[in-house]
Amino acid sequence: MNLIGKSIPRKEGRKKVTGAALYVDDLTFPEMLHGVTVRSPVARGRIKDIAFAGDIPWAEFTVVTAKDIRDLKLGENYVALILNDQPYLAENLVNHPEEPIVLLAHPDKHLLEEARRNVRIEIEELPAIFTLEESLAKREIVWGEDNVFKKFLVDKGNVDDVWSTAAVVVEGEYFTGAQEQLYIENNGAIAIVNADEGVTVWGSMQCPYYVHKALVKLFGLPEDKIRVIQTETGGGFGGKEEYPSLIAGHAALLALKSGKPVKMIYDRAEDMVATTKRHPSRTRHRTAVSKEGKLLAQEIDFVIDGGAYCTLSPVVLSRGTIHAAGPYYCPNVRIKSSAVATNLPPHGAFRGFGAPQSIFALERQMDKVAHAVGLSPEEFRRRNFIHQNETTATGQVIHEQVEMGELLDHAFALTDYTAKRERFATENPSASVKKGIGFASFMHGAGFTGSGEVYLQSVVGAEATAEGRVRLLAASTEIGQGTNTIFSQIAAEALGVDYDLIEVAQPDTDNVPNSGPTVASRTCMVVGKLIESAVLGLKQTLVAANLLAENFTQPEFQKACGEYIDRFGPLKSFSKYSPPPGIRWDDDKYQGDAYGAFAWAIYVAEVSVDLLTYEVHVEDFVALQEVGRVINPTMAAGQIEGGVAQAIGFTLYENVVWQNGRMANGQMTNYIMPTAADLPPIRVHFAENPYAYGPGGAKGIGELPMDGAAPAILSAIENATGVSFNHVPLMPEAMMESLSSGTE
Amino acid sequence: MVKETKISCTVNGQQATLNAFPMERLLDALREQLQLTGTKEGCGEGECGACTVFINGEIVNSCLVPVAQVAGAEIKTIEGIATGDQLHAVQQAFIECGGAQCGICTPGMVIAAVDLLERNPHPTDAQIRNGLAGNLCRCTGYMKIFESVVRACQK
Repeated sequence: MNLIGKSIPRKEGRKKVTGAALYVDDLTFPEMLHGVTVRSPVARGRIKDIAFAGDIPWAEFTVVTAKDIRDLKLGENYVALILNDQPYLAENLVNHPEEPIVLLAHPDKHLLEEARRNVRIEIEELPAIFTLEESLAKREIVWGEDNVFKKFLVDKGNVDDVWSTAAVVVEGEYFTGAQEQLYIENNGAIAIVNADEGVTVWGSMQCPYYVHKALVKLFGLPEDKIRVIQTETGGGFGGKEEYPSLIAGHAALLALKSGKPVKMIYDRAEDMVATTKRHPSRTRHRTAVSKEGKLLAQEIDFVIDGGAYCTLSPVVLSRGTIHAAGPYYCPNVRIKSSAVATNLPPHGAFRGFGAPQSIFALERQMDKVAHAVGLSPEEFRRRNFIHQNETTATGQVIHEQVEMGELLDHAFALTDYTAKRERFATENPSASVKKGIGFASFMHGAGFTGSGEVYLQSVVGAEATAEGRVRLLAASTEIGQGTNTIFSQIAAEALGVDYDLIEVAQPDTDNVPNSGPTVASRTCMVVGKLIESAVLGLKQTLVAANLLAENFTQPEFQKACGEYIDRFGPLKSFSKYSPPPGIRWDDDKYQGDAYGAFAWAIYVAEVSVDLLTYEVHVEDFVALQEVGRVINPTMAAGQIEGGVAQAIGFTLYENVVWQNGRMANGQMTNYIMPTAADLPPIRVHFAENPYAYGPGGAKGIGELPMDGAAPAILSAIENATGVSFNHVPLMPEAMMESLSSGTE
Repeated sequence: MVKETKISCTVNGQQATLNAFPMERLLDALREQLQLTGTKEGCGEGECGACTVFINGEIVNSCLVPVAQVAGAEIKTIEGIATGDQLHAVQQAFIECGGAQCGICTPGMVIAAVDLLERNPHPTDAQIRNGLAGNLCRCTGYMKIFESVVRACQK
């Protein structure tokens, strides 16, 4: 069939280009009410009183507060996730601006908006903290006993013995800011609750079973009385990983109390100020190098700001920690990391999941160390790239063949890197617009970290119809990244049938097994492999029933499905995750095989820096990566291009302005993401090295492109201006301040 | 007290009557009264272009248009871009080139691209970029959208 490696058009493409695809806000039900959330106006305090004021016909409204969860004898008032510390509705204390306190529903959207403005919440304010520095200094204890959600320690060799003998020791400190996911479809959910069927929720989401788990706890109902259905989802990027559990619960509480369907759709301003963002970070590096430019020791202190509740911070921290030492071999590494609490709205998942933060710091530090030992950035990296059979910071032996040096050569050839460096050095002194070129080297692990995939126990199903069509059953969601299409390619290739014979079931917890969350670049590599096994299970069943020979044609397969169903009933096959052989992980020591596979990459950015306006423009961008076998080249390139664009936004445009813990620029007018006019050509190249345990040889791809742009662009800016910046987003104001004074 | 009024216009070639408060957004009237849900709301402030429609041949953000302004106008939404089952060259190109990912910006982006090509059948790269700069896409990084427009020109 040879469907792997082919750019098959998107399965649901026609629906999307004609406007026929139905997103949650496009659905409507008879007698449906609209729901809104009344939120905390302050960062931290004690709720004293809630009053329903104004000339509002309050009797027409459905009103829900935390008290209802008790009075109606439901389950628990928390969003079940990791630590269960975030309430659905605050009852006594509020811990961040925009924390939900009251829910309202009414048929008239306009009246509802007026009513929301007339709920008066009286709060006695408590002191709040807004930065990770304040949290670390324990200026106030705002969470637990010490403001710390989670800590990790990764220890390899012994860094302490190295400092006194090293030729050079270099220290550095690096910062990254919050970033809004900015999916173009805002968060939303619709809920119906009744005695017979329990709770049903439709919504825009990445992880139907996360929502399911949370609703089981909130309502105290058995699992089969909660049904979660994913509607077409207009982008997620992590922003719809955990937050939909909250909005689904809110809609369902209103639906229960009103006895009517309730639709809750956030507008842009609410989505931006109230929902999760990328964790701000601070990373400190201390690096020891020999006089030959070999890494001797890396000591890394990585801190992320988790906001007011734990949500996914421990897992974000974990990925950031493991990626902090990068694709280099170093015999002695110590990484200490912590996720700390502040009174900002909780930070959450965003493409890259901690890795873009720690990789940014590492790559800036590598440039700094290179300079200190008198080597070019590329020569210093060449001397330290990890190779096959060497170990990472967690002691993971790299079994696959890794050729970072070759990737670097290839990326430099694609960008004419060396010649450009020379040319810019000659031309820049007399130019008012300075040019620069820089790069970053990095890796990104695919799938859940450590033993995560084993705990998940993901299951995928395949079901044949009497006509011999194959329907894939998985909770993995299509959120734009191509799940429907690549799953169909993998299934059709494994069975040797037409792509059009494959259907993908809508993720609905009543109909599909739990294939795990749609996160962590795991959908293709991990779930795709299960798809492959599940459809092969169909074939094996037919062969075992003597209805099909080992080698078969498509009509024979279709006929055999019909005969099987006639004789024996439904034909289904399920496949459950088991780890590739030899994978081991120690959760206590944080040592072992952190990921089944890594993708490897070199990204090169060329910039111009205008010394009159202090604007930076990325002129050219090359993204070269080894991601195993590419299943669908057009879609894979689309993933990389989109990720690079988001990363360019993270580097140069997207600046969350905080005022007393609240996002002050929660509008697309003043939180600026890149437009079609802002971006350079993003040139994507793949080096392919099939991964034995991925479907058709594929590894993960989705998060990787978020990692490399920020350090590559800052390296290019350093090449252009001679100034080394240590933080993103890098706005023109900061450029002006540093460039006019000489150094940062 | 402002009252709902009847506003007549043509939508995708058909006569339509909207019952709406004069300041109600065209976006809401199209979605809620005519069930034309292909027009999307992304930001509600005219920044993202997901709600782009044609009014009398000009593209506008329908979230910024009060219904009162469209009395007697000819409106075309994404549902009116294909001719029956026959997709517009731009729609076909978006499918072939990977111009749509999550699909939420796609209706607005397709309309902006159709408009661009109606005004300029062979745009340069810079003209494509500027022509689409009013429509935000968070998935694609725009590269495949540019390719789609170029492909559509060749059809």
